Amino acid sequence: MPKRTDIQSILIIGAGPIIIGQACEFDYSGTQAVKALKVEGYRIILVNSNPATIMTDPELADATYVEPITPEIVARIIEKERPDAVLPTMGGQTALNTALALAKDGTLDKYGVQLIGADAEAIDKAEDRLKFRDAMDKIGLESPRSRIAHSVEEALAALEHVGLPSIIRPSFTMGGTGGGIAYNREEFIRIVTGGLDASPTTEVLVEESVLGWKEYEMEVVRDKADNAIIICSIENIDPMGVHTGDSITIAPALTLTDKEYQIMRNASIAVLREIGVETGGSNVQFAVNPKDGRLVVIEMNPRVSRSSALASKATGFPIAKVAALLAVGYTLDEIMNDITGATPASFEPTIDYIVTKIPRFAFEKFKGSEPLLGTAMKSVGEVMAIGRNWQESVQKALRGLETGLTGFDEVETLQGATIEEIEAALSRPTPDRLLVAADALRAGMSVERIHQIAKFEPWFLRQMQELMEMEAAVKANGLPTDAAGFRRLKSVGFSDARLAKLADTTEAEVSRVRRGLNVRPVFKRIDTCAGEFAAKTPYMYSSYEAPSFGEPDCESKPTSARKIVILGGGPNRIGQGIEFDYCCCHACFALDDAGYETIMVNCNPETVSTDYDTSDRLYFEPLTAEDVLEILNTEMQNGELVGVIVQLGGQTPLKLAQALQDAGIPILGTSPDSIDLAEDRERFAALITELGLKQPENGIARSAEEAVRVAETIGYPVLMRPSYVLGGRAMEIVDTLAQLETYIREAVVVSGSSPVLIDRYLRDAIEVDVDAVADGDTVHVAGVLQHIEEAGVHSGDSACSLPPYSLRADIIAEIERQTAVLARALKVKGLMNVQFAVKDGDVYLIEVNPRASRTVPFTAKATGIPVAKIAARVMAGEKLASFDLSPRNVGNHIAVKEAVFPFARFPGVDPVLGPEMKSTGEVMGIDADFATAFAKSQLAAFTTLPQSGRVFISVKDSDKPQIIEAARDLVSLGFELVATSGTERALKAAGIPVTAVNKVAEGRPHIVDRIKDGEIALIFNTTEGLQSLKDSQSIRASALYGRVPYYTTAPASRAAVAAIAAMRRHRLEVRPLQSYHHQS
Amino acid sequence: MAVAKAPVQPKGATGVLVLADGSVIWGHGFGAEGVAVGEVCFNTAMTGYQEVMSDPSYAGQIITFTFPHIGNVGANNEDIESANPHALGCVVREPVTAAANFRAQRRFDDWMKAWGRIGVSGVDTRALTKRIREGGAPNGVIAHNKAGQFDIKTLLSQARGWPGLEGMDLASVISATQNYSWDDGLWTLQGGYAVHSGNPDGPHVVAIDYGMKRNILRNLVAAGARVTVVPATATFDEIMALKPAGIFLSNGPGDPAATGVHAVPTIQKMLNAGLPLFGICLGHQLLGLAVGAKTLKMTQGHRGANHPVKRLSDGRVEITSMNHGFAVDTDTLPATARPTHISLFDGTLAGLELTDRPAFSVQYHPEASPGPQDSQYLFEKFVGGLK
Repeated sequence: MPKRTDIQSILIIGAGPIIIGQACEFDYSGTQAVKALKVEGYRIILVNSNPATIMTDPELADATYVEPITPEIVARIIEKERPDAVLPTMGGQTALNTALALAKDGTLDKYGVQLIGADAEAIDKAEDRLKFRDAMDKIGLESPRSRIAHSVEEALAALEHVGLPSIIRPSFTMGGTGGGIAYNREEFIRIVTGGLDASPTTEVLVEESVLGWKEYEMEVVRDKADNAIIICSIENIDPMGVHTGDSITIAPALTLTDKEYQIMRNASIAVLREIGVETGGSNVQFAVNPKDGRLVVIEMNPRVSRSSALASKATGFPIAKVAALLAVGYTLDEIMNDITGATPASFEPTIDYIVTKIPRFAFEKFKGSEPLLGTAMKSVGEVMAIGRNWQESVQKALRGLETGLTGFDEVETLQGATIEEIEAALSRPTPDRLLVAADALRAGMSVERIHQIAKFEPWFLRQMQELMEMEAAVKANGLPTDAAGFRRLKSVGFSDARLAKLADTTEAEVSRVRRGLNVRPVFKRIDTCAGEFAAKTPYMYSSYEAPSFGEPDCESKPTSARKIVILGGGPNRIGQGIEFDYCCCHACFALDDAGYETIMVNCNPETVSTDYDTSDRLYFEPLTAEDVLEILNTEMQNGELVGVIVQLGGQTPLKLAQALQDAGIPILGTSPDSIDLAEDRERFAALITELGLKQPENGIARSAEEAVRVAETIGYPVLMRPSYVLGGRAMEIVDTLAQLETYIREAVVVSGSSPVLIDRYLRDAIEVDVDAVADGDTVHVAGVLQHIEEAGVHSGDSACSLPPYSLRADIIAEIERQTAVLARALKVKGLMNVQFAVKDGDVYLIEVNPRASRTVPFTAKATGIPVAKIAARVMAGEKLASFDLSPRNVGNHIAVKEAVFPFARFPGVDPVLGPEMKSTGEVMGIDADFATAFAKSQLAAFTTLPQSGRVFISVKDSDKPQIIEAARDLVSLGFELVATSGTERALKAAGIPVTAVNKVAEGRPHIVDRIKDGEIALIFNTTEGLQSLKDSQSIRASALYGRVPYYTTAPASRAAVAAIAAMRRHRLEVRPLQSYHHQS
Repeated sequence: MAVAKAPVQPKGATGVLVLADGSVIWGHGFGAEGVAVGEVCFNTAMTGYQEVMSDPSYAGQIITFTFPHIGNVGANNEDIESANPHALGCVVREPVTAAANFRAQRRFDDWMKAWGRIGVSGVDTRALTKRIREGGAPNGVIAHNKAGQFDIKTLLSQARGWPGLEGMDLASVISATQNYSWDDGLWTLQGGYAVHSGNPDGPHVVAIDYGMKRNILRNLVAAGARVTVVPATATFDEIMALKPAGIFLSNGPGDPAATGVHAVPTIQKMLNAGLPLFGICLGHQLLGLAVGAKTLKMTQGHRGANHPVKRLSDGRVEITSMNHGFAVDTDTLPATARPTHISLFDGTLAGLELTDRPAFSVQYHPEASPGPQDSQYLFEKFVGGLK
């Protein structure tokens, strides 16, 4: 059936900011959908508040709304654009929930808009636990025993039916937020209470525990002619009980016979039919009892998901693109399989390799959180690796994680541990449990025993046991001296670095011996068909293909082109995420335009950069020196390697610069030496002095005594930055000698090899980020971003405004001058990010990074100038003069970036901002004035500012002058104020009506009681000193769980008041990004 | 060509695949020791290796499994498609491991050994697949010797001396030798096979065994038929004596043209008698031959569990299990036969029906096992149409 001609325009809803459970994969899916549907001639309207996405690039959709994804705002976009259809299945749970709300409130009917991809009824049926279970009953599929509850009482009644342990799943939340496993009644009540709260429909499912069962997923695609295909099966190595997003998973499933697989296949398709997913991709999850194969359906997602991104990358089948085309009426047989270019998309991919995905966590960033996995997702990113056997793929994945692992490294805390201790560790579902299992095997524990405790399928444990035996042999006998022996080790995935550790030598030596024996990897293609058809698309992975004997077959076939290799950012983590992938993609696009062959190397399956059509050639490989050098070695066998770009993917590729340089590989753009100069404290200080720039006083301490001396010389407050961290506590602002001593005693190791850096902390300074691009001579300042939070809050966590909303013109000019001076001094060719602090009219240089920064996409979206693309071409040798850098829109609008935090996922963690970055993502609010842009940024970051009610204010002394004006405005806007004693006195003295409220320590009812009772609509709470921070933690925690907007800095509080006032003046209007940039 | 030619036997090699073009691919042997000569094909299914190995259509063939981990779910006594093994052996990437499935009763390599089948592991199966894709399925010899003693010259001459599947009537060789009735139904997780679940009053289907997969019989039973299996060489009169309500023509190995020499006249008589007739795979090809169409040897056969076919009546896509190296040439179909299904991979004929007789057939395997069960409706269509 051909595409629909009764619709001309389609609104695609994005997923918004990167949060745990909803990451880059929805940029990948949204981008594919936008591209595919635009090619079909539809007018595409897009809404996504996340500026760091490729999908929001203004040249992609016809009208791109970087606006908050809320039903109200999306309704306004619909009102304005009058799309014929809304595609809600590409933007995760956010898009699905928003679309459902618009269907329920009548907006879609009012404007005659239809949902395509999944209709409201199907979404509801899939997402509503009770309806889903009924649907499963109807088609004869078993579900775990369960009951729905809307209150704790109902939940306790349900518990009688299902028994303990029990799983609590809130309805309509993403990534399992608010859910958990209860082993006792008390725990049960606590989780149910939280779960009811997290569910927008105040509904939880209380479910029979299938803990320890095997978990599988099926990725299904269906078209409107009812053709249904399985793209991929996925098997979780972590048993049921660990959220699939947090589980180590493999594709395809390895432990099902065909008979069982077909049962699951039929069941998956039956689920789609019954739920009514008429077109598109869905994910169905199953639990299987390993003892008897009993199969129960766990859940389904009627949309593309993280798993479908994984399945797409694992098989080469572009699920999102195909799903988008199916949504407009095509059938599977009408869509071509891009990879073969000869067969249709109506088939089931079959693969001849094994894919392993390992999630990456950030528990160390959240002091007070326990690194335990459960049904609520906690991971912030993932790595995928491909090998010709599971051993190769899992070892590649482990080193691709970039957590310092080179393979199955020993768990430090378990060295010398007793069997009892290892057993105890195995019983805890921690992120490194597979490594614990490896240690258990090393300690001689049996596969059966490990299986008994941790429930890992014995097959995987036996495979690991083989690896441990091989490790032991290398430890005992050293490296093999013959090619066959070496190849055997490499073919099961051992990295040179791991072999070096085992053989007690250096990685360089292992590589030398290996190459001497001519043991090199080959590259195989991902072709969707296990070699049955020739693959047109160079999507590749390495393998030490080990025909037991004979020469392996390499399919890389490097071309004779002039080529540039772009190294990606690896797994997402806090501080390095989608922004860097954006930069890498832009480099691919720009260098392709400039006529180069682009070659992408990355291992993050969520990304656009790992789409087979982003670059000319794609290597899905870990970003280690060994893996990258082997790719380069192959690519250099034909054509001309112009160079490698390491500056766009964040720290990951930068860390490889030295190894590449040592190997004689040309590195494009700013020299690694300049990058090093900027990072080397002493060299950099010398440069600053030479340039006559100012830095906050600083010093370096290699002992506790020295730290005290340095701090006293600089003068408090000081910012402490350790190089080795204990207990997840890193940077800290220290105000007194006593605090300093505590910090050194408890938080860090200070020694000759792990010094502590000490800076004067510029209290209440305004921090500024500058993004610039330079060609070695000319410097273009792309954006000056004024932070809203004061210096001291990590720049990645701070909201910021472009252009600056309160900086004087002469200061901006000075900042631009200093930026240019630095860029020239560092001979920057490409991107540069500089952080300044402005205090009392003085500009201090905080940090320079001659590479891509997190803010590059935001700057590009705010200014309309594609800085990342320009930078890539400059790195390849072009001059800035050849680009149009004229300001497009200055004064027309202002853009505000706001960070988004995962605190709700880490109960017990104090949701306070500091020098350590904690945000997972960001949003942009854009409008004519700062206040409105800020209002939009808050809404986009899920903070709904109140229009009336009671505001609680408690600020530190130094903030009191600042807060008075804001308080006055609040009163004139009709808000009632309550404050703790000190703040109350200050406000009263300024003639502002306010009532006092008890601090928590002052007796009940105190402020936390009132927050919990829903009496507080907004909170401004700034603190100074550890004690006050501790005292106020319960305020922030209760605000977080009560979803009360709260601000922990005075400038942000003031901005919030301005935003409330702006929203009072006028409703939030929507405008496409394109209209902002076409006005000059 | 990427597959290595290694004239010197490497140390430790206990298995070898010698192709007629002189290529020698070394590996580790598993399963039975010995030597077997046949056609080397590949199969892309990721599950169901045991069903594949026991599928009689693979008689005379050595299977290269493209999926690297074969043997991972072990072997059991249920997942077999015939009483005797038929594929000669298999070539795999990874060594066979212990089983990871609750239904496993023994290791796959032990099962291979017990069935007298030869395996070679440690082969770059992807490279071998590419070679088959590009050059067609070669004839070859698979050999396993624990002591690593191979006479490559002899093996090569065996490979070269093997006449090839073309012109080979394997169906008659492996067919049942006498009539038997079948009344087991389909497998379920809870109950295993539905033993003795046949309907004694159902329409009588006589199934001609050219190398039949058991799951076809189970499907016929599940669809409500009373089933009698007869040898490939059964005559028209012998079949008619059974008073069939319908005739089923089974799958099977070898060259349809060769088997057709004796099978086609019988089929023609049954068609003329107006008997309803359903054919699968070789049965489909024989039906084609019976109405005057030609069959041809494909350069690259279809062997896997992911093959899409289009049902021409309504445009629906069925994902099917396929295993064939010969096909009915669409261009040679008479006016009284019309295509009902085509392969979406290469457009070859995947199903036909006669316009003047109650007969239809498909090239693929609606009985699945292994593979998707999208097309099981065909059994209901056939049995449901019988009086």
